[in-house]
Amino acid sequence: MHEMSLAESVLHIIEDAAREQGFSRVKRVTLEIGKLSCVEPEALRFCFDSVMQGTLVEQAELQIVEVAGQGKCEDCAAEFHPESRYDACPECGNYRIRITGGDAMRVYELEVS
Amino acid sequence: MCSVCGCGSDSVTLENGAGHTHHHASALRYGFRAPKTRSPEQGETRLVRIEQDILARNDRHAEANREHFRQRGIFALNLVSSPGSGKTSLLVRTIRELGGRYPMAVIEGDQQTSNDAERIRETGAPALQINTGKGCHLDAHMVEHALQQLDPAARSLLLIENVGNLVCPASFDLGEAHKVVILSVTEGEDKPLKYPDMFAAADVMLLNKIDLLPYLDFDVEKAIDFVRRVNPDIRIFKISATSGEGFSDWLAWLASGLSEAATAGTGA
Repeated sequence: MHEMSLAESVLHIIEDAAREQGFSRVKRVTLEIGKLSCVEPEALRFCFDSVMQGTLVEQAELQIVEVAGQGKCEDCAAEFHPESRYDACPECGNYRIRITGGDAMRVYELEVS
Repeated sequence: MCSVCGCGSDSVTLENGAGHTHHHASALRYGFRAPKTRSPEQGETRLVRIEQDILARNDRHAEANREHFRQRGIFALNLVSSPGSGKTSLLVRTIRELGGRYPMAVIEGDQQTSNDAERIRETGAPALQINTGKGCHLDAHMVEHALQQLDPAARSLLLIENVGNLVCPASFDLGEAHKVVILSVTEGEDKPLKYPDMFAAADVMLLNKIDLLPYLDFDVEKAIDFVRRVNPDIRIFKISATSGEGFSDWLAWLASGLSEAATAGTGA
């Protein structure tokens, strides 16, 4: 379950920010998770609670903002929002789709005290 | 020790007990414990904009590995697949076929045992086993430490056999030149659709065990159609690690990658 590693990475990023920006408690963590990224939000939520125990992020609210996938058809140049990596182009029905966005996962913002 | 992070103790182990280990999910307790008492000003909250990729730390280690490979002209491949696709047999045959023409080294990732590294060492190539414990994938940090111990030769082929898992290793760049996914014909043709992230992350696919095709219902064209839906540009080699069928194209591709890496490298 790589969501555990991802939750750890989120903690590392928050700890670095805490050192740089001088806060000691996190009340809310907002993540942006692309629809086409390699992460299952519910699994990440589960791991988040377990990894954050005993840290400055303990009991913080986790807000996950889903970012829509973006794709462009290599054949007809139509741009659309794929639901998966193997969607056909809604215009021409071909499968040569270049994923142009919605495949990233980022720590977007923290509410801290 | 680790030049990037200065990490501590852990559940990931390198063979021989040498090298060090680092924090991992199962035994995580970092600093910054929540304060027991709060000062009055801590009641006020503020927003801190971060906008950082969650994998940024792994990617920094991966870039360090990539630079290591570039300076030494090492051609590094990250081999990923489900368990039982024949990765280790494929590596053994590849090493035997290329034997003597290029220096080669192998990093083996498994949750437990050093069986695979031992199989590789029987070929004469140096190999190092990483046991990830409960971990489901190799990350760039583990590979960075493995490189310190294994120290692959300049202008060599480095084969990194990831943990057998078609899900988790997809996200973790190790610094390799190519991610090579292996699909064997004893699996379903629709694996690329079931595990699209991995087939999208790879840029080379080896369709392995093709010597068994006469005994199976596996539809090669359908499998190729499915993988191209997920990844239109993926390069495909149809091979058998048992019979050697298709190996000449695969070996020629490796030789060309080795030659490019050696030319690009400074030969340090």
